Amino acid sequence: MYNNPYRGDFPIFDDTGLIYFDSAATSQKPQSVIDAMRKYYEHANANPHRGLYSLSAEATRLYERGREAFASFINAGDPRQIVFLRNATEALNLLAISYGASVLAPDDEVVIPISEHHSNLVPWQQVCKRTGARLVYLYTNEKGGIEDKEMEKITARTKIVSFAQVGNVFGLALPAEKIITKAHAVGAVAIVDCAQSISHMPVDVKALDCDFAVFSSHKMFGPTGIGMLYGKKEMLEKLAPLLTGGDMIEYVSEQETTFAEIPQRFEAGTQDVAGVVGLTSAIAYIRALGYPAIEKWEGELTSYCLEKLSVLPWVVVYGEAEATGRRFPLITFGVEGIHPHDVATLLDTEGVAVRAGHHCAQPLMRHLGVQATCRVSLSVYNSKEEIDTLVDALVRVRRIFGYAD
Amino acid sequence: MQIEQLYREVVLSHNKAQKNRRHLANASVSEHGVNPSCGDDITLELEITSDHRIRDISFVGSGCAISQASASILADLVRGKSVLEAKELFDLFFQMIEGDEADPRLLEASVFSAMAHMPARIRCAVLGWRTLEKALAPYWNEERQEPR
Ligand SMILES: Cc1ncc(COP(=O)(O)O)c(C=O)c1O
Repeated sequence: MYNNPYRGDFPIFDDTGLIYFDSAATSQKPQSVIDAMRKYYEHANANPHRGLYSLSAEATRLYERGREAFASFINAGDPRQIVFLRNATEALNLLAISYGASVLAPDDEVVIPISEHHSNLVPWQQVCKRTGARLVYLYTNEKGGIEDKEMEKITARTKIVSFAQVGNVFGLALPAEKIITKAHAVGAVAIVDCAQSISHMPVDVKALDCDFAVFSSHKMFGPTGIGMLYGKKEMLEKLAPLLTGGDMIEYVSEQETTFAEIPQRFEAGTQDVAGVVGLTSAIAYIRALGYPAIEKWEGELTSYCLEKLSVLPWVVVYGEAEATGRRFPLITFGVEGIHPHDVATLLDTEGVAVRAGHHCAQPLMRHLGVQATCRVSLSVYNSKEEIDTLVDALVRVRRIFGYAD
Repeated sequence: MQIEQLYREVVLSHNKAQKNRRHLANASVSEHGVNPSCGDDITLELEITSDHRIRDISFVGSGCAISQASASILADLVRGKSVLEAKELFDLFFQMIEGDEADPRLLEASVFSAMAHMPARIRCAVLGWRTLEKALAPYWNEERQEPR
């Protein structure tokens, strides 16, 4: 029914007519990822780093192999620069609580774009409150971009600049290199949230020269429950652990503990080995598809979707790719006269799953002057036929609401 | 297609019910309710007589069609009722939302029985009712202590 070479890799679509347009929230999982995790539980499950028996050694090997796979995937250099956590949010909290709280003082500033996901906003807001530092926003223009004038807010007072490489509302890439260079020029630390970007474009942390970067496995075809933190080695060395307990120690006496080296120092307690095995398989899946193929397929779908929506005069699309920028497969829009939640509920009755709401970006919604929006986010398993269904369904929604378009 | 049916009815009544969307000249109570996650926002105004009757009720606010229509239908339903009768309707409405058969006394509000299949939208449908509850709670308490 669908002319799509990738859809068959994802069992969730097997016997349903599901049209899934919420991959920015979480991607669907290929069979290979599901199989790898099942195989781990069936054949290799043991507590890593603890047993001296061979099964535990195997679990440890698989876990560390995942670290190597991810390190090489983002060009981290050394696998020890990768910390496994639960998700991007946890990684950002570790940075805010552990790093932020240790360097911020009254009158220092943390700079973030207004378009950030709450997970890259609330942790900074809270640490600023605790330390007396100021949270400063870079405001987006009506196209969703950040103008050079805004960048001047990165000053000698700035200690931390944190931003999403690709945002989850506009689907646009911010000028990462420019922001990082500017941050470093004033002596600030640069953090990049790659939760959205990595499923659509290669991430090279060395080329970016960021100090830290955060990721979520579940947005890149991997399982939920695994997040990744990358850090420059000297930065990770400076970072105090947030959680303590088993596995993160070197030596414990009655009153004192010395911590393990990085990255174990940040991985307290029994880790999610099956999750890391799934992530490893997800990386293999992306490598097998290849970013050029992903970019081509998603690019065509995105242009097609934008073109189809542009024909509907009562649809307004937020954000616009700058002349040089690429539009990622994430389109946020509104339907004139109809609340986004009503749009999403009615689309759902037609088997079309879109996101509606504030997309975890309430300050941005306020900046845009809207309560909520609808969002379609696409992945390789989506097809043009599905976009046609979306457009037909939108027309129906308007009719139900009594518009005679 | 229960949901589409709901929308067709809700939207109709929503459009027609602009009569409930206004301010009251002699409001005795005004109560504000919000769903922070969706931005639904409603203020109910009630004129309550000394013998605890809802002489008039109106609302203003913004939000999704379900929240706005539910508030408007609620206003039609409880206008002219005593605060205790309103309490009964309140209970019946929540029983229906939780999956019970709609009681005939709920009249037009019974379209929201479809909400039992839409857990994500229940908050929208009950916002008006929750706001009514806040507005009437003092009266309900008073009635409980010294029934008329
Ligand atoms: C840009 C961005 N950053 C961070 C996150 C948070 O990811 P998680 O919920 O996996 O921690 C998201 C998820 O929606 C996101 O889109």
